Amino acid sequence: MSEPTSPDGRSSFLDSKWLPWVTTPVLLLAMIATWQIYVSRSGVSAFILPAPMAVAHAWIDLLGSGRAWHHVLMTIYATLAGFAWALVFGVGLGTLIGRIRWLEATLTPFIVATQVIPKVALVPLFIVWFGFGITSKVIVAAVLAFFPILTNTVLGVKSVDAGHQDVMTSLNASRWEIFRRLELPSSMPYIITGMEVGIVLSLIGAIVGEYLGGASGLGFLLVSRMNAYETDGLFAVMIHMTLLGFVFYFGIGFLRRMLIPWHQSANM
Amino acid sequence: MAVVRVDPETDKAPVSVQLSGVSKTYPTRGAPVQALSPTDLSVKSGELVVLIGPSGCGKTTLLRLIAGLIKPTSGTVDIVGTNLWRNNRRQGDAASEMGVVFQEANLFPWLSIEENVALPLQMRGSDKADRSRRVQALLDLVGIGGFGQRWPRELSGGMRQRAAIARALSYDPDILLMDEPFGALDAMTRDTMNIELQRIWMETSKSVILVTHSISEAVFLADRIILLSPRPGRIDSSYDVPFSRPRTTELQSTIEFQTIASTLRKRLTEIS
Ligand SMILES: Nc1ncnc2c1ncn2[C@@H]1O[C@H](COP(=O)(O)OP(=O)(O)OP(=O)(O)O)[C@@H](O)[C@H]1O
Ligand SMILES: [Mg+2]
Repeated sequence: MSEPTSPDGRSSFLDSKWLPWVTTPVLLLAMIATWQIYVSRSGVSAFILPAPMAVAHAWIDLLGSGRAWHHVLMTIYATLAGFAWALVFGVGLGTLIGRIRWLEATLTPFIVATQVIPKVALVPLFIVWFGFGITSKVIVAAVLAFFPILTNTVLGVKSVDAGHQDVMTSLNASRWEIFRRLELPSSMPYIITGMEVGIVLSLIGAIVGEYLGGASGLGFLLVSRMNAYETDGLFAVMIHMTLLGFVFYFGIGFLRRMLIPWHQSANM
Repeated sequence: MAVVRVDPETDKAPVSVQLSGVSKTYPTRGAPVQALSPTDLSVKSGELVVLIGPSGCGKTTLLRLIAGLIKPTSGTVDIVGTNLWRNNRRQGDAASEMGVVFQEANLFPWLSIEENVALPLQMRGSDKADRSRRVQALLDLVGIGGFGQRWPRELSGGMRQRAAIARALSYDPDILLMDEPFGALDAMTRDTMNIELQRIWMETSKSVILVTHSISEAVFLADRIILLSPRPGRIDSSYDVPFSRPRTTELQSTIEFQTIASTLRKRLTEIS
């Protein structure tokens, strides 16, 4: 990609792609400094808002604790397992709905209905049905990620170019070949966009599931820190969750570059 | 491959495309549009027929009917003696005799240029080494030999169209259907491509049906020019072009060439 240039032709730093690498740390430091200044000036209680250094210590403790890593692994497992189910069902059903008219007409009202339910309201029900173990978290994660993957897949399958369809018809392609060589690759950018939204929702689903039931995962850890009035620990767990969100999100970004290098979005 | 038989008694070349009373009416949100009124057309094996006519007169419709991409509202399409539509189903055998170059290049953006050209061969299960040799030869032929590894979006419109031509040639179809294949090319490249097409056609005895808006391209290439007129689309007139082959670019400046061209131009102006 060519470097962006300012109107006078010189490459301007403000347009450069390196800009966030400088501004992000600077802004973060400024926020932490403001936080520190506020804490020391206002004398706010450490139960309400701990100082940045206290949070940093709590976070380093968390990094060193084997028990915490177990919780991290449980959350990762629930997120990824739920996400995998959502992917299988979302892409599978989305492909069918996108292609079969009557199926779309039949299912759309139900899909819309289930989509407008605040899905976290179903979490207690899942716990009643599937217990306090990992299963209920996997299901919450799957349900949350399912819809964006489904709707994006439907959109992708429907956006197959008519001219491309003609090419496959003129080449006498079988139904399977049309799916494999045209419909699947052509809807891939849409599916990946659905996955990008879906993976973050899966993480949220897993964590909300852990809030309400069971004794493992980052969500459980967070609630137990809250109950123990360890606010600095609470912050430390939040940092873990945020980092996990980043890892998942960028993981999908990596997949995007691997799976659809031909697409404009892979070069952004 | 179809068995090509020459009837010894009449000494006529076998018919490769036969339309009998073929018409097409498109259903639309408003009144249905009759794009083609009942049309008879017969293209002999090895013949190069050019369709020309004002925009919207049904050239693409006619070509898509022959290719079997749309079903005729009435009439029958026969490809090398086989009815293209039987029981509402397009007959795959008849269809695989044909290669289509569309008005747009229609390359798959997720395949490199090479892979796009190789696609038909891959679907026919030809082996990898053969395939890449053939693809490279085709890319050289259409003049984009150095671009095989690129994505379609990295090529100009004209280069993409040439890749589409290579793709249609890759599996060596007996009948080549081309919808304004050179419309996106500059005049120089267009002349070169016309000469190349003539060469390929002379070497391989393909039947070619080509749509163009260029009168000189029509006269240069065609054995027979078919002029279509609009509203509703129908065959207006047809012209035999008797020049010997191979034709060269110098032909275009001869009186005979100019005479046919101006007859065509006059008639086109009248019906537009
Ligand atoms: N899918 C369609 N639905 C409805 N009407 C159509 C459709 N395709 C073509 N038509 C109509 O049929 C007529 C012939 O169209 P066609 O595309 O065959 O023209 P053409 O001769 O190829 O024109 P051009 O030279 O501009 O490519 C036009 O009036 C057009 O509006
Ligand atoms: Mg057209």
